[in-house]
Amino acid sequence: MPALVVNLMATDTTSSQPIASDSNADKQRLTPPASQGMSTQSVHAGERRQKSEGAISTPMYCASTFTFESTDALLRFVEGEEEREEYGRYGNPNERSVERKLAALEGAESAVVYSSGMAAIVGLLMSKLSAGDEIIFFDQCYHRSREFCTKHLSRFGVVTHQVKTGDFAAMEAAINARTKMLVSESPTNPHLTCIDIEQFVAVGKAHGVETLIDATLATPFNLRPIEYGVDYVLHSATKYLGGHNDLLAGVICGSKEQLESVRNLRGILGSVNSPHNLYLLERGLKTFELRMERHNQNGLRLAQFLESHPSVDRVYYPGLTSHPSHNIAASQMRGFGGLITFTVRDADWKQTSRVVDAARIARIAPSLGGVESLIEQPLVMSYYNCSPEDRQRFGISDNMIRMSCGIENTEDLIADLDQALSQ
Amino acid sequence: MSNEKASFRTRAVHVGNEVDPATGAVVAPVHFATTFRQPGAGVWGEYDYSRSGNPTRSALQRTLASLEGGVNSLAFSTGMAAIHCVTMLLSPGDMILAGSDIYGGAYRLFHKICDRAGIGITLVDFTDLDAIASAIRPETKLLWGETIGNPQMSILDLPSIAKLAQSSGILFGVDNTFGTPALIRPLEHGVDIVMHSATKYLGGHSDCLGGTLAVADKALYDQLYYIQNATGAVLDPMSCFLLSRGIKTLDVRIRAQSETAMKLAVWLKGHPQVSRVLYPGLEDHPGHELASQLMGDHFGAMVTFELRGDKVQTATVCQSTKLFCLAVSLGAVESLIEQPATMSHASYAPEDRIRFGITDGLIRISVGLESYDDLRNDLETAIASAIA
Repeated sequence: MPALVVNLMATDTTSSQPIASDSNADKQRLTPPASQGMSTQSVHAGERRQKSEGAISTPMYCASTFTFESTDALLRFVEGEEEREEYGRYGNPNERSVERKLAALEGAESAVVYSSGMAAIVGLLMSKLSAGDEIIFFDQCYHRSREFCTKHLSRFGVVTHQVKTGDFAAMEAAINARTKMLVSESPTNPHLTCIDIEQFVAVGKAHGVETLIDATLATPFNLRPIEYGVDYVLHSATKYLGGHNDLLAGVICGSKEQLESVRNLRGILGSVNSPHNLYLLERGLKTFELRMERHNQNGLRLAQFLESHPSVDRVYYPGLTSHPSHNIAASQMRGFGGLITFTVRDADWKQTSRVVDAARIARIAPSLGGVESLIEQPLVMSYYNCSPEDRQRFGISDNMIRMSCGIENTEDLIADLDQALSQ
Repeated sequence: MSNEKASFRTRAVHVGNEVDPATGAVVAPVHFATTFRQPGAGVWGEYDYSRSGNPTRSALQRTLASLEGGVNSLAFSTGMAAIHCVTMLLSPGDMILAGSDIYGGAYRLFHKICDRAGIGITLVDFTDLDAIASAIRPETKLLWGETIGNPQMSILDLPSIAKLAQSSGILFGVDNTFGTPALIRPLEHGVDIVMHSATKYLGGHSDCLGGTLAVADKALYDQLYYIQNATGAVLDPMSCFLLSRGIKTLDVRIRAQSETAMKLAVWLKGHPQVSRVLYPGLEDHPGHELASQLMGDHFGAMVTFELRGDKVQTATVCQSTKLFCLAVSLGAVESLIEQPATMSHASYAPEDRIRFGITDGLIRISVGLESYDDLRNDLETAIASAIA
C-alpha cells in the first residue's frame, strides 16, 4: 500500500475506550441485526466495529493479566462500576469476541467457550447438578460423555439414566422430582439419529426440567435448537465451527441468566481456551456458511452415491429417505451435514478395514467437521476395547465405516470412495 | 502427494498438507525453528537455515505451485517484496514495459526504486496489443501487467501478450491478485511469472501479509530462488500457516464473493446516482468477452463505480457505510470500500491519475462474504446520505 494513505474519514473514535467494555450500548454495535444474513453475522457479529489501532481483524491478546492504571481504577472495577478484563482465567478479549459471534450464530443470548467440547459439557453439568440430582440421556451419545456421567459424575452422587434414543415415553417415565436435566444429541453419532426437538422441549417443559442438545453434528447452520426452546446447546467447536482440524474448543449457548453460574464455575475450574485458539476459531467462523454449504452438498451426494453402490449394505444419513429419522430431520433441519455412516456388504472387520485403508483423499483419523475429509472404522477407532455385546448394544457393527466429508470437490470424493470400495 | 489429478478445491485442501509422518497430525506443525540440525559437518539436510528454506513455507509453496500449475513457487513477506524480486532479475540499462493501470505500489517501485538501479520504465495501455508491440525496444526485458487491472477492471489478453513476449524473448509477468488462481491461471496461458499479493484472496481473512511468485520454468525458478535467498524477504512461518489455512477455502470464498459482486454490479448499474460501473462480469465492460474466456462465469469480487458526485460526496459515501469498512487492501471476508483518488492511487502523480481515469467520483469496493441484501442495503443508505 502507498505510504501516504490519507484517511480523512475515520469517524469512529472508540479505540480509546476500555477493550473489555461489554455494556449494552456497545453490544448493540457489536452484533448486526438478526435479520441479516448468516455470513454477515459470521464475518461481523461480536466484533468491535473499531478495534485497537483500527485493525480490521481482532488482535490476539496473549496477556495473562490486565493492568489497572491506579488503585482508583481497581476500585471502580471491584465495586462493579466498570466492566473490564482482570485475569485471563476470568475472561479475555478474544474470548468475549468469539463468544458473542457464536451466540449470534446460534441465536442465543450468550455463549461460554471452553478448551474442548468435553470441558464444555463437564463445565455445564458440574455447575447445574448436585449430589442426589438425576439426569436422563438418550442412549446414542458420545461415548466420552457417557463415560463422564456414569463413571465420574456418579462419584459426586449424580445418577444418570439412559433411555432408548427417541423414546419420549421412556424418558418421561424416568423423570422424577430429582431430575434436573434431559440430554440428547441430534443428529447422534455414528447413527445420525435425529430426535424431535419440539417434543424433547415439550417433555422438559411439562416436567420443569432443563434440556441440553449436543448439536455438534448439525451446527447452527442446519439446526436452531434455541428457537425450539432448548435451554442449552452444546458444540464441540473443534468440528464444524473451527472447521480446519487445527484447534480444540467447546461451547455452551443459552440465556445469559442460565449461563451466569456456568461462566463463573469456568473461572474457578479454569477450563478456558487459549487466545491463539480463540482467534483461530473466530477466523474459522468467517467462512462458516460457505463451508457448511459444501459439507451438506458433499454429505448428501456421497450418501446418495453410497446408497446405490452394490458393495454398500446400508447408509446412515438423515438426508436419505431410507433413514429412520428422515422425516424429523427434513422438518427441522436446513441441511444434513457432512457425516455419513455406512456398512460394507458381506464384509468382516478386516475386509472393511481394507476399504478404509484404500481411501486416498480421506485420511484415517478420529474427529470430523474439518475441511479435510476423514474416514474411520468405529470398531477400531472408538470401540476397540468394548466387548462384542457392548458393541452390539451400541449398534457398532464390524463392517461399519464413518466418513466426515470435507469441502473437497464432490466428484473427487465419490471417485475416491468408488475405487476404495472396489478394492 | 498423489492428488495432482484431483480438481482445484481438493488440491487446495490436500497438496502441501501431507500428514506429518512423525505424529500423524492432519494439519502439519508450524516450524518456527530458525536453524536445523545437519546430518554431518559439510553434509546438508533438506533444511539448513530458515531464510533458505523452512518446512512450513515449503508446504505453502507446494500448494501454490499445484494450484497455479507451476513447477514451484516462492513465498515472500509481502506482494511488493515478490514484485521487487522479479525486478531484480534485470540489470542496469534494461527496461520494464508495464500496463498503465497497475497497482500504485508497483508504479512507485518501478518509477522511484528501480530507476536508482538504472532500470527504465514505460507505461502503456496493456489492453492494446499494438501499443505493447510498438513500445517494445531492444532494452525491454520485462512485461508487467495485472490480469484484472485496478481500478478500471481491465482484462489482459494473456495468450496474445504471452505470444508477443515469447517472440521478442521478453519475460512476461502478471499480478493475478484480483483474479486468484481459482479463476485465472496465467501460467496455463503462457505467462512466465504469476505474482500474488497473498495478503488478499489467498490469505482471505485480512490477517496476514504475504506475496507469492509461481513459474512454469525450472531455470527461472532457480534464478528467483537465488535472489530471494540472497535478499531475504521470506514469509514468516506463522503467516505461511495462516495462508495455507486460508487457501483451503479460497475456491468457495472467491466463488461466493464473485456471485455477490455480480449482483451488486448489476444493482449499481441501475442506480440513478451511479454514472458508471466497471465490472468484467457486465456485458458492456470492454473486457467482458475476454474475461469470459479466461475466467468462465465468475468474474472476481472487485467492483469499481463512479458516483454522480464530487470528491467530498464520494468521500462521504465511503465513510457512511456500516458493513463496508473504509480501508485499503481487498480480497478478504470483510467487505471494504475506498476512494482510489485519495487512497489506493494516491501515490500516482496527479497528471497520471487524470490520464488513467482515476476520477474523484470513483469508488472501489472489495466484496466480502456478507449477504448480498445486507451489502446492497448498506450501499443504498450510504449513497442516499451523501447525495440528497
